[in-house]
Amino acid sequence: MSSGALYNDQGGAEAAVEAGQENTPTTGGTGGTGAAFRLFNTDFKKNEDLKEMLESNKESLKLEAMKRVVGLIAKGKNASELFPAVVKNVASKNIELKKLVYVYLVRYAEEQQDLALLSISTFQRALKDPNQLIRASALRVLSSIRVPIIVPIMMLAIKEAAADLSPYVRKTSAHAIQKLYSLDPDQKEQLIEVIEKLLKDKSTLVAGSVVMAFEEVCPDRIDLIHKNYRKLCNLLVDVEEWGQVVIISMLTRYARTQFTSPWKEGFMFDDNEKTFYDSDAEEKKDQEETKPYTMDPDHRLLLRNTKPLLQSRNTAVVMAVAQLYWHLAPKQEVCIVTKSLVRLLRSHREVQFIVLQNIATMTIQRKGMFEPYMKSFYVRSTDATHIKTLKLEILTNLANEANISTILREFQTYVKSQDKEFAAATIQAIGRCATNISEVTDTCLNGLVLLLSNRDETVVAESVVVIKKLLQTQPTQHSDIIRHMAKLFDSITVSMARASILWLIGEYCERVPKIAPDVLRKMAKSFTAEDDIVKLQTVNLAAKLYLTNSKQTKLLTQYILNLGKYDQNYDIRDRTRFIRQLIVPSEKSGALNKYARRILLASKPAPVLESAFKDRERFQLGSLSHSLNSKANGYHELSDWPAVAPDQSVRNVDVIEPVKERAPALGKTRKNKSQDKFYSDEEDENEEEEEEGSESSESSSSSSEESCSESEEEEESEKSSGDSGKNSSSSEESDDSEQEEKKKAKQKKSKASADSGSDENGNGPVGHDSCSSAESSSESGSDSEDDSADSPPPQKKNANKSQSKVVMDNSKNQVSLLDLDDFSPVPVNTSQSSVLSPSLMSDLEGLSLSNMSPTLQVTSPTFSPVKTHELLHHMSGKGLSATYHFPRQPCLYQPSMVSVQLTLTNHSDQILEEIHVGERSPAGLSIHCFNTIERLQPEASVTVSMGIDFSDSTQAANFQLCTKEDQFNVSIQPGVGELLTPCTMTQQDFSKEQGKLMGMNETSATLSVSTAISSAHAVSNQVLSVANVGVVSSGSVSR
Amino acid sequence: MIHSLFLVNASGDIFLEKHWKSVVSRSVCDYFFEAQERATEPENVPPVISTPHHYLISVLRHRIYFVAVIQSEVPPLFVIEFLHRVVDTFQDYFGVCTEAAIKDNVVVVYELLEEMLDNGFPLATESNILKELIKPPTILRTMVNTITGSTNVGEQLPTGQLSVVPWRRTGVKYTNNEAYFDVVEEIDAIIDKSGSTITAEIQGVIDACVKLTGMPDLTLSFMNPRLLDDVSFHPCVRFKRWEAERILSFIPPDGNFRLLSYHVSSQNLVAIPVYVKHNITFREGSSQGRFDLTLGPKQTMGKAVEAVLVSSQLPRGVLNANLNPSQGTYTFDPVTKLLTWDVGKINPQKLPSLKGTMSLQAGASKPDENPTINIQLKIQQMAISGLKVNRLDMYGEKYKPFKGIKYMTKAGKSVSSYLFEFLFI
Repeated sequence: MSSGALYNDQGGAEAAVEAGQENTPTTGGTGGTGAAFRLFNTDFKKNEDLKEMLESNKESLKLEAMKRVVGLIAKGKNASELFPAVVKNVASKNIELKKLVYVYLVRYAEEQQDLALLSISTFQRALKDPNQLIRASALRVLSSIRVPIIVPIMMLAIKEAAADLSPYVRKTSAHAIQKLYSLDPDQKEQLIEVIEKLLKDKSTLVAGSVVMAFEEVCPDRIDLIHKNYRKLCNLLVDVEEWGQVVIISMLTRYARTQFTSPWKEGFMFDDNEKTFYDSDAEEKKDQEETKPYTMDPDHRLLLRNTKPLLQSRNTAVVMAVAQLYWHLAPKQEVCIVTKSLVRLLRSHREVQFIVLQNIATMTIQRKGMFEPYMKSFYVRSTDATHIKTLKLEILTNLANEANISTILREFQTYVKSQDKEFAAATIQAIGRCATNISEVTDTCLNGLVLLLSNRDETVVAESVVVIKKLLQTQPTQHSDIIRHMAKLFDSITVSMARASILWLIGEYCERVPKIAPDVLRKMAKSFTAEDDIVKLQTVNLAAKLYLTNSKQTKLLTQYILNLGKYDQNYDIRDRTRFIRQLIVPSEKSGALNKYARRILLASKPAPVLESAFKDRERFQLGSLSHSLNSKANGYHELSDWPAVAPDQSVRNVDVIEPVKERAPALGKTRKNKSQDKFYSDEEDENEEEEEEGSESSESSSSSSEESCSESEEEEESEKSSGDSGKNSSSSEESDDSEQEEKKKAKQKKSKASADSGSDENGNGPVGHDSCSSAESSSESGSDSEDDSADSPPPQKKNANKSQSKVVMDNSKNQVSLLDLDDFSPVPVNTSQSSVLSPSLMSDLEGLSLSNMSPTLQVTSPTFSPVKTHELLHHMSGKGLSATYHFPRQPCLYQPSMVSVQLTLTNHSDQILEEIHVGERSPAGLSIHCFNTIERLQPEASVTVSMGIDFSDSTQAANFQLCTKEDQFNVSIQPGVGELLTPCTMTQQDFSKEQGKLMGMNETSATLSVSTAISSAHAVSNQVLSVANVGVVSSGSVSR
Repeated sequence: MIHSLFLVNASGDIFLEKHWKSVVSRSVCDYFFEAQERATEPENVPPVISTPHHYLISVLRHRIYFVAVIQSEVPPLFVIEFLHRVVDTFQDYFGVCTEAAIKDNVVVVYELLEEMLDNGFPLATESNILKELIKPPTILRTMVNTITGSTNVGEQLPTGQLSVVPWRRTGVKYTNNEAYFDVVEEIDAIIDKSGSTITAEIQGVIDACVKLTGMPDLTLSFMNPRLLDDVSFHPCVRFKRWEAERILSFIPPDGNFRLLSYHVSSQNLVAIPVYVKHNITFREGSSQGRFDLTLGPKQTMGKAVEAVLVSSQLPRGVLNANLNPSQGTYTFDPVTKLLTWDVGKINPQKLPSLKGTMSLQAGASKPDENPTINIQLKIQQMAISGLKVNRLDMYGEKYKPFKGIKYMTKAGKSVSSYLFEFLFI
């Protein structure tokens, strides 16, 4: 408060000068005495005036007053005594007035806690407002009021808002968590619960904010992330920029604890033991799979999903991705960030500064990364000094035998810069280059010696210092240069440089036995005219020479010591006295005298010339700590890679685990449910299981246990889906009887595996990940919950209903696989995602809409098979191996094409160059080739996608895969299922289309399914693994 | 994250402060002022300063320091990028970002800052969203507001905030639908004394001004997309489409925005549009120096080189310069020793030149360095890299928009020809 009072006073003074409409706040107490002083009196009145305005009935007056108050706050003046008048307006209808009052409240509530409480009820009311903007802003202000008494109210509000339907409000609640935590850290446990809940949120809007809250409140609770890891990775591209930064840095930390190191043993100096075991394991793998290291697919997922963000316009995002790659990616992949980082150098000066700092650290470890971009680090005359110094640092780090001459030529320019601080730094840089690259040491030394004749003192002093260091590191070849420097000695005037030369001659006097005494002689002559620092070194030189060559220099030394004894400077007198006692033998100083030689001529350790950025490696790149080179508050250390990867399944479990808490509750309701309700539950299962399947192949195995109990259903549905081309009426007939059987089966199952069933139930929302529209996802989430209550079990009724797309009653899911006639489109995974999303999938939907019949809507694939086929074995491909699989995504290039993903791996020990697609047959085959791969490093692999138009036939596509030297004939044979496109259409449309087909393109296949696998979902999985179809609520469509 | 923000003007006064968490005393800025005093140039103030309890991260734009106070670890670029975004927003709102403009609009500034950050974490930074929340002040609106008492604060949550296209608001309507794209390229080159290029690179941006009704979906394709080596996009651009087809496909924000910035691959030789003939000599023992500079166009494909501005930092020994320009005007500042020559347009028939003498300090030895020369210029209707837009298509809406594309080449701070003597090696 004292500071407030201070400003207050200042304000008074300023207001008098500034005049205008400024109001100087005065405390109420001065009112009485104010009458005596006119100045204060008017101020007081002005304040009164504001108060009156605030209390008037006119909105415009109030608004005007508030604007002036905000002006005061902005200037840092105290306006706190207006609090009572302002707080009255908190419930105003005028939204701008209200906002300004909020600004005021947040600023002063901490100081006027009692009065602030008056406003709380208004916010509590606003929290229930139907307008989400008002709810959100009420929560924002409420949580910004730092009054400890309202902590419980805030807690309640946060909990409520976290469950709000509007993602914007949920986002606000994530922010409020941090505010509450800083106000009252005791609430941590409860807040973590809310965070846990919000982490499950699928909205891109919420993701960034909640991760921020996580980082602030409980950064160590890494276990909360497991289940959400994949979701966060997948959402990342669509999250707003600021959220991306936070999520990426959190995921970096996470990945370092969860995955094993992708770096080869050569790079792991620090942990020998670990390396040992790792390499063992790797060798074994080498033999088995010819792959040295297999990356966890989740690790790969993270790297893959962050890569596009390198193209972000937000420099912070690019930097975040760069540091992620630096800390997580295999060494050969880190290079992809180079280009983007260099791009950032064209941004604002401050951005350059930070990026250059990080590049400087990177160049110490990995020269090669930035070497091609060396010219981007050339200094411009317009750069600020700190930028210049950083660029110099990087250039020095980049120097090697090949480019040193270019760099040195560049350095020459810098030495002559008008910015002397920078010129001095350049000389040091030259010194470092000289020590690092032995080939140029001599050239550099000569150049530096030339610089000694420079007029500028800083340049000369710096050169001498650097030469001194260089000579110390190379003790063999001094004499020439020392002799040269001695020759130059007469022409050099800068005392610092003269002193340095004297030191050098003294230190290595034994190597220049003839010159040294001569220099001493000259110095004896000019001793009195020299600067102090030169005198000191002269004394040193004399002493050293006396010890090594006393015959020639004894008299000279005594002369100099005598001169020094009567010098005006006490330092020199002291030194002289000390030296005399030390070297000249006398009775008093016998003890020390013996060691004189060892003291004065001890070999001095050479100074180490290394980068100032050496020790910054310990900090995470891109962090504040790295920039400051000291640990900042709240910095989380990046842990070392674990020797053994922690259980990978924790992230798989993510699909099942969240339900565990809910399981008991659900289980109960289940048991109470009548049998009719079964079906609705079951459909949920179906859907979820399908989604699971698409999410990861591993998780699908977890559901196999429950599938045993439904053998019959399985068979039936298998049949129906098998001849989906025909109109299978048989399935309808058998419906009834089947239902009976199923019920029985289900009863058993529900008892046996109630848990697992309910698990899936809970997973519903997770499966909807890909819905990029936040609202739709929340709707669908709630839909599925409602379903169980109002879903009727009737199949036959449904069959007659024509259905709109939106209705997509989940209740029909179960029937779907049995009853082909009954068609209703279903919202599978991404089908809801809007056309507007920037992600590719939805673009394509939008595009393909235009060239297909209006009733045809391509659904996104519900299942992406992981099965890969071999295209080229590395034995026959001279080290190049290729595998392919069908990602089942709509082809980018043409709708008629099927997209194929090729993974090319180089198993040879040579770099493969110019990998491209060559001749193809049949001649008319249209292939959209991938871009030529310029080079593929040994052991590296690259995934490319291409489009092939199979013309709806299963004829194999033959083409040549060429490298620079060789050509390999390969062929891709598609399964018929891969040629299909999943579509959603109404029942009528389907029958119409089917009619057109007239059996021409009928394809049927029989699946041999063991009776053990019998659940509906298993069928769909089986079918999906063969054919690219979408899952529709009441039938699968193939065209 | 960001705790507080202080705006400091060139003379070192704090003229605005805003706190998002509890109030930080403005005395924290003393550390900043200290650093400011130490720095010889305003640009030399370090962007990150550590104080005992806080960290100060600052940016300097339009001669105003934006000093953010933070308390704990946060990526510094995060803060810097945000501060620049704040400046951009101010510029967008007030036309200029000066101390006067900020002081005049302090309420709008405060409202903006309030929306942009919540508890120090960015909330809404997208210009389209902000403009829906807080309407930019115009003279007309100010008058209307005063009379009717209406406000410039929006009442509804901006639709963009919740949609998948947060950068575009819904319900945009124009009578004239138009989309303009400016391809602006900048050459950045260092040329040595003999005229050979040491380094030269081309960076470009495509700035767009799109005023289209509804939700148009645009695609922009290039004749020669291979030229683009490295690109960064506005978030609206669909990255995968670009990767696969080299086509820019996007739903544009409303109004002005930067669609793309790119870098032209360094393999391509950069054609420097001008050449410089120079003869700057100082004679030992004489108090005179000769100055002779001639500019000429080269490789401009017939386009005129305009707005040429030459500046050079002469050595400290130079007292005054007595020069004679064949066109344009020149100034020499005897204190900073900065020579600037505003040439204007280069006429290929009559090349501009600047000749004359420099008087040196009496008795001073011959200046040992040759000055660097910076050249700024502009060329209209040409992108120096040769980048050409092929076509612009619109989907999703039925009307026919008016489309326009403009090319321009600039050499900003950049084409600087370093003249130097070879010292050693």
